[in-house]
Amino acid sequence: MAAIYSLYIINKLGGLIFYKDYGSKGRMDTNDSLRVASLWHSMHAISQQLSPINGCSGIELLEADTFDLHCFQSLTGTKFFVVCETGTQHMEALLKVIYELYTDYVLKNPFYEMEMPIRCELFDINLTQAIQKNRLLSSLNQLC
Amino acid sequence: MPPAAPRSGDAIFASVERVNAELFTLTYGAIVRQLLTDLEEVEEVNKQLDQMGYNIGIRLIDEFLAKSNVSRCVDFKETAEMIAKVGFKMFLGVTASVMNWDADGTCCSIVLEDNPLVDFVELPDTCQGLYYCNILSGVIRGALEMVAMKTEVTWIRDMLRGDDAYELQVKLLKQVPEEYPYKDDE
Repeated sequence: MAAIYSLYIINKLGGLIFYKDYGSKGRMDTNDSLRVASLWHSMHAISQQLSPINGCSGIELLEADTFDLHCFQSLTGTKFFVVCETGTQHMEALLKVIYELYTDYVLKNPFYEMEMPIRCELFDINLTQAIQKNRLLSSLNQLC
Repeated sequence: MPPAAPRSGDAIFASVERVNAELFTLTYGAIVRQLLTDLEEVEEVNKQLDQMGYNIGIRLIDEFLAKSNVSRCVDFKETAEMIAKVGFKMFLGVTASVMNWDADGTCCSIVLEDNPLVDFVELPDTCQGLYYCNILSGVIRGALEMVAMKTEVTWIRDMLRGDDAYELQVKLLKQVPEEYPYKDDE
């Protein structure tokens, strides 16, 4: 069954503000996850400069043999990326949903400081619901 | 999967939860009155309202981008149209218009005929220098700063001061794209 291994949210400066793993496959300790986040931030920036076409907005999909990485960058520079099983469908739509949850439960929380790590319970709860819903939908799709 | 098409201001306004307009006007009025009591100086209140607007704007921009599905604006003209037609409609339920473009296309006016912040408001003589709606100028400045544009937003016309409409001048100072520290000599 197509599965999500982990979710990362990086602020516009490249700092990791949210990390969640789903299951033991994607798990990383804190230092590693911070390192991966800065690496990804740099690679994403470099890819914009490497592109032969002007106006490239960076890497959207990375396909490796054991995983896929889908990345969404908002126009404000915040990046949302998810590491999932190869061939997982509808990740862009999921990332868009997570972006909306971020704009609601994180940004509208007056006690959340911009660019700082996200510690918002409502965000966690709603995110879990969104991931479960996505899992349910994709397994239903596979049955059809 | 093709990206979703941008949504119109009306469509988004219709789909979000709304609050009683009177409550909104009263809340804003209470904020301004409290600021006047705390700070006493009208100039200080103007600055504080702008700062509050800025703090709102830096958060509001992501909400705007998420709900409206717009892609990157090609030029500042498109940005101004987005603010007037989609932004104002989405958050305040009013449509503004853009006019008075200068020759370079970096300075324009956003004109509001209708403004829910000022329903029932009259400025007394003691508050003559007050820009009652200054929170709006902060919101626009904050929001644009998060999408790499440094702007200056000032009031040209204010109905509470006797003009016939609300006119905000939005001037693009510079575009500040993300800078990455990849210099060869460092």
